[in-house]
Amino acid sequence: MLAAPALALGAAADDVHPIPSMFDPVSPPAEMIRGLSFLVMGIAAGILVAVSGVLFWCVWRYRARPGDDREPPQVYGSDQIEWSWTIVPVLLVLVLFLATWRTIDEIEASEPPPGSLHVTIVGHQWWWEIRYPDLGVVTANELHLPVSADGARRPTYLTLESADVIHSFWIPQLAGKMDVVPNRTNRLWVEPRATGTFVGQCAEYCGTQHAKMLLRVTVHEPQDFERWAAAQRAPAASDASVAEGRAIFQSTACINCHALDGTVADGSFGPDLTHLMSRATIGAGAAANTPENLRAWIEDPHTFKPGVLMPAMKLDDQQIDSLTAFLVTLR
Amino acid sequence: MTVLDEGIARPREDEARAGAWSKVHDWAVTVDHKKLGVMYVVSALGFFLIAGLEASLMRIQLAFPNNDFLPPTTFNRLFTMHGTTMVFLVGMPMFFGMANYLTPLMIGARDLAFPRLNSFGFWLFLFGGLLLYFSFLGGDGLYGAGTAPDVGWFAYSPLTGRAFSRGNSTDYWILGILVSGLGSTATALNIATTIVTMRCPGMTYLKMPLFVWLMLVNCILTLVILTPLTAAQVMLLFDRFLGAHFFDTQAGGSAVLWQHFFWFFGHPEVYVLILPAFAIANEVVPVFSRKPLFGYPFMVGATVMIGFISLSVWAHHMFVVGLSPAANTFFAASTMAIAVPTGIKIFNWLGTMWGGKIRFRMPMLWCTAFVFSFVIAGLTGVMLAVVPWDFQLSDSYFVVAHFHFVLIGGLLFNIFAAIYYWYPKVTGRMLSERLGRLHFWTFATGFYVTFLTMHFPGLLGMPRRIYTYDAGRGWDELNLISSLGVAVQAVGLLFFVWNLLWSLRNGEHAGDDPWDAWTLEWATTSPPPEYNFEQIPVVHSRRPLWDLKHPQDPDWKYE
Repeated sequence: MLAAPALALGAAADDVHPIPSMFDPVSPPAEMIRGLSFLVMGIAAGILVAVSGVLFWCVWRYRARPGDDREPPQVYGSDQIEWSWTIVPVLLVLVLFLATWRTIDEIEASEPPPGSLHVTIVGHQWWWEIRYPDLGVVTANELHLPVSADGARRPTYLTLESADVIHSFWIPQLAGKMDVVPNRTNRLWVEPRATGTFVGQCAEYCGTQHAKMLLRVTVHEPQDFERWAAAQRAPAASDASVAEGRAIFQSTACINCHALDGTVADGSFGPDLTHLMSRATIGAGAAANTPENLRAWIEDPHTFKPGVLMPAMKLDDQQIDSLTAFLVTLR
Repeated sequence: MTVLDEGIARPREDEARAGAWSKVHDWAVTVDHKKLGVMYVVSALGFFLIAGLEASLMRIQLAFPNNDFLPPTTFNRLFTMHGTTMVFLVGMPMFFGMANYLTPLMIGARDLAFPRLNSFGFWLFLFGGLLLYFSFLGGDGLYGAGTAPDVGWFAYSPLTGRAFSRGNSTDYWILGILVSGLGSTATALNIATTIVTMRCPGMTYLKMPLFVWLMLVNCILTLVILTPLTAAQVMLLFDRFLGAHFFDTQAGGSAVLWQHFFWFFGHPEVYVLILPAFAIANEVVPVFSRKPLFGYPFMVGATVMIGFISLSVWAHHMFVVGLSPAANTFFAASTMAIAVPTGIKIFNWLGTMWGGKIRFRMPMLWCTAFVFSFVIAGLTGVMLAVVPWDFQLSDSYFVVAHFHFVLIGGLLFNIFAAIYYWYPKVTGRMLSERLGRLHFWTFATGFYVTFLTMHFPGLLGMPRRIYTYDAGRGWDELNLISSLGVAVQAVGLLFFVWNLLWSLRNGEHAGDDPWDAWTLEWATTSPPPEYNFEQIPVVHSRRPLWDLKHPQDPDWKYE
């Protein structure tokens, strides 16, 4: 990873939690869900043991013995027994329902406190556009957030929109998922209490490359987050030594789909490339963002992500070298 | 009278110019509910093997991280076809086949109410299915985009719109299902009419075998829910061909509208698939426990309750769509409520076994495994109804594991039970118990290895419908174990198919009533004659054959 040391963000970006387990939450909505899940699993385990216990007892105790051909007593039923095994499940369901109701309210009725961060996520086939309207930052696929502490809460309220089909935003350690639906604005609330990088991915089937629509969330100490945001706001690097690659970029169809600050490129179909090299991956997590991978990606994105909507541009080797050299300056 | 005479005389002429073609002709033009029932079940088994093969290919792809066995486009087609096939071309026709064959026999009738409609319904189903599968050849359409449909079995819009699904693959999905759905509507109407109007003398509603009760509820449910699905599919066709914008979000249409239509069909559909499983258990468990079903009136009540409540739970498939908290709370309540009548059913099967003398022949083995699996399926179902937890579990592998416990541990186990139970009636031969046990232990073991394991990658954040995943997510070994279980299941299926074929010629002769059972289908010969009963029977209780066998102590004294 080239970009991380340059920005001195090493600690949080490198501390990757690779297993997105819902039982290892670091944010209140996910913690509430885990708490509720323990209650439900406890009740379920009790029912499973009781019912399968009776089943195994019947199998053992009431199996037919060889040579015994007489019919057992014919019992047709019992109203008392029926009502009792109706009422007990009703009570259990009532308990589960009340616990569910309360947690729905706690999670969904949460209002943003002052100092909350607002981020807009736009799902695309097959990548995530990420906008921080208050900070003037636009990036893709890798969400950066400040850590929240008891004295200094920094929850983040996400606005979820789609540019094409339905996607679903899911970082199990931070919160449950929320669908990203075209013509509809959904909201989701996270409040990470630990620094580090947490992973997730699109959870609603959205076409060919649904599998490679990955998400990374890097949670920083507050000052590191401010530094990251400042770096993202900075104008794109402009290095005279890569003018040739820059010219190729501006004279090919790249500019129709990608935006790059300070150039003619203002497309919105693909990710913003202004600070491309500040990201750890390319193709929404399809590959690590190294110069070699980037070069191979430009040559033919379909080797990493078959079916991706970015075409191979049919450039010659020298053009690809120049273009790659230009892109790797975009820190 | 002369018409009847001709009807009897004609088969002899056919035998005279016997040959394979006349047999094919017989089956193709038949309106006999038994032949149609067999054709339904055999077609469903054929589609089941195809869809199972599709699943196996997917499990090979997912056995290892970053596997290249299948490209994403192929994988997406496979899960679409697997799901669509299993629901519409396996589960539904299994239900219709069993209902077709058994309902008239159980209520003492000579055929369904509308025999020609019955034949029409079957052929619509079969050709609808073939149309869907023809997409592998014909789906390219104008744009060369795709062969078989790749939009998932619930075909969420706007992925199905012209903009995102070019070519004709989605149209094959729409038309194949629409055509077979018309067949299902016809057959459901037919069976419901038969049950309401053609019961033999003495068989009041509360003296019908529970199997028949469940078929009645199921047919009514089918009639209610297929309508919105068909309507939504026609609307989608309008969107795709006539420029309508029902679901076209780029022109102001609604993606969520499709989900409401689809799940208003789709969730009751789950009950349409599982009620026949309950129906089978309701027949098998008492006969092999040697006791009448415990709490018959409560079982009827629970069935009707399930039918009603199942119509008001659909949005639990949509908890993560962003509905209001009030809507989510309502659908959590209705979904949890349905656990109560379902629980009553399980308790009544246990109550039937309690105090019995249980004969663990093949049908009962499968039903016992069903009860255990279904308890697990029910409990994971309640977990999914807990809305906040569903925010995590929805669309993960946990859901995939859950509904395979419902549809394999619940439905398929009972279909196996039914086939072991009624094969002697249909063919006159017993299935081999030895092959049956091999089938049972390998298949059930493989099932548990695959699907019990599959819950865990879901809990670790693995979404469904992904064709590959990175190493190191904590999913690698779990997926490998799941895939290995499929191989064990496949071996089990080989024993099963071999048993079906081998026993057809070599099985023990069954006689009329091999299980010492109590319902009317065992009162006639195996296989039954075309007219089912020489004389229409008269019944006095829920177990007419018990009364016949125990004239000193008949059921009607106690019911």
